[in-house]
Amino acid sequence: MAEPLLEVKNLSVHFPTDDGLVKAVDGVSFSLLPGETLGVVGESGSGKSVSFLTVMGLIDTKRAIIEGEIIFQGQDLLTLPPDEMRTVRGEKISMIFQDPMTSLHPYYKVGDQIAEAVRVHQQVSKQEAHEQAVEMLRRVGIPRPDERADQYPHEFSGGMRQRAMIAMALSLNPDLLIADEPTTALDVTVQAQILDLLDRLKQEFNAAIVIVTHDLGVVAEHCDHIQVMYAGKIVEAGDRRDIYYGAHHPYTWGLLASIPRLNDSDVKERLSPIRGLPPSLIFVPPGCAFHPRCPHVFDRCRTEVPELLPADGHHASRCHLSLAEKERIFQEEVMARS
Amino acid sequence: MGRYLIRRVLFMILVLFVVSLITFIIFVKLPASDPARRAAGRQTTPENVEAARHAFGLDRPLYVQYGRFAKGLIPWPGLFLNEDVYYSYTNFVPVKEEIFSRLPVTITLAVGAAITWVLMGIPIGIISAVKRGSVWDRTSMVFALIGVSAPVFWLAYLFLYIFWFKLGWAPPSGIPIGESVIQAVFSGVFILPWLVLSLTFAAFYARMVRGNLIETMGEDYIRTARAKGLSEKRVIYKHGLRAALTPVVTMFGLDLATLLGGAFITETVFNLPGIGQYAVRSIFTNDFPSVMGVTLFGAFFIALANLCVDIAYAFLDPRVRYT
Repeated sequence: MAEPLLEVKNLSVHFPTDDGLVKAVDGVSFSLLPGETLGVVGESGSGKSVSFLTVMGLIDTKRAIIEGEIIFQGQDLLTLPPDEMRTVRGEKISMIFQDPMTSLHPYYKVGDQIAEAVRVHQQVSKQEAHEQAVEMLRRVGIPRPDERADQYPHEFSGGMRQRAMIAMALSLNPDLLIADEPTTALDVTVQAQILDLLDRLKQEFNAAIVIVTHDLGVVAEHCDHIQVMYAGKIVEAGDRRDIYYGAHHPYTWGLLASIPRLNDSDVKERLSPIRGLPPSLIFVPPGCAFHPRCPHVFDRCRTEVPELLPADGHHASRCHLSLAEKERIFQEEVMARS
Repeated sequence: MGRYLIRRVLFMILVLFVVSLITFIIFVKLPASDPARRAAGRQTTPENVEAARHAFGLDRPLYVQYGRFAKGLIPWPGLFLNEDVYYSYTNFVPVKEEIFSRLPVTITLAVGAAITWVLMGIPIGIISAVKRGSVWDRTSMVFALIGVSAPVFWLAYLFLYIFWFKLGWAPPSGIPIGESVIQAVFSGVFILPWLVLSLTFAAFYARMVRGNLIETMGEDYIRTARAKGLSEKRVIYKHGLRAALTPVVTMFGLDLATLLGGAFITETVFNLPGIGQYAVRSIFTNDFPSVMGVTLFGAFFIALANLCVDIAYAFLDPRVRYT
């Protein structure tokens, strides 16, 4: 097996607040191979964004207690001095964010913002950096890139801005691109374009991609692996097929059931949401954090924290139900609906 | 941009016209002592009073009176603040002479103070925001609170007491007779007035810059700048300040303009013959031509500053376009 590009071991990110310790990320481990696409799915507050902001080194260490290891290309990023971390950030790992409307600086030209990223990491002239920025804008499918480079973000549409963000993120040919809710703020038609673009660029740039999203539907076609997070923990991880055709965790079932579907039958089916609200990250429920919302809860769930147990080489879930029960419930209740 | 400018200038003229009209109406409507009677002296005859009234033009219909004043506001040689109309009712000095002899003092005071408060307030605000929660931040914000709260007249006397009377570091107040404003600047007469006048503003600007910068540093595009791998310095000083200081420009333009209309308290305590003193004295003596002159001067500076600020904004914020 190839050397993993990124290996996160037992990562915890806790924020001390006046109300108590917020356990945003609580013992997360996973690894990512070069060129692989990983989908990270969960509701708001599940710790998915915080995990990857930590990988980027964008969490203020003064306000958070970070434990564990983040091994990237053989280096532990958490022990890296800030200066060296800065060379990793942007050049080796880059990130695009949820809201392209606010993620670009409103006072600087788009081309200049991309060129700035290039110039920070490479010894090139202003002219060369600008040409590189125009070339990147062209590669992400922005028409008339040379004119567009001299425009300001407010002259771009939402989809175009996200393309510009992607151009900026890929301008240094990083090994890993983290896309934090890249399509959430965009129109549905544009969402598909952006995801297809990420797919295509992944081939071109041979980068590994992490797509963080709350929408299982979004990552369905685009990810090799999927991990589902709940209350700061990974509750299920597996290949795309494992999740879509044989999910083992009741939370994942809930997510699958809440994807809107258009059937050819004229039965008007109501969306079935997951009942209840995500738990407080300060007072996480004892036992399985999902038990207050779980329709299959039994006594053991309320007291004992389930381990993330692999069912086979690549599929693991954090649930006390037996494998046979999980498969039965999935077939009878989840598959039957879709 | 050209059409926008023309429109703005026309609007500015309209504003000044309205200001002058309101000033005139207040003069006419307010029951005050009759300037003609005062000018004619204590021992006088009705004929003398009538002669004075005629000389001031106060026997003419109101619209003619206003027209004469309005004509004197047109910036044209021979018309502008012409001495036929703009002539003090109390000390019989041409208004033009008063204003232009006092303007250098006021400009020196205002501009000097403005430079001082920008040099104090903005760096203090930046450091406080960057080192938020530190001892430096807390100390400077306490000083800012004191600066915002302390009355100018109190500060002025306090500074005079300490730096002139006790320590003897600063010269006494007032410009010595025969000294020009430039000479006074070099002999240090303006140092205390600048400090006193700028402290309140510096405190206010420090708080504003701090608040703006802290808010800006929480923006998504700052996270993007960090994600690009920029140094923290570059993130703060290029990406953060650019957005945080733009609103400060607006404030600065308007504050400076207000001061150019006179800073009465500072001028009075430090005995500086500026526009502010003149304006207040003219109002107290119901010296209408002088009041009209200084009011329009002040209004002109503020209207002009508004225009300059709006134009500056188009250059500072690419999202703002004028048509």
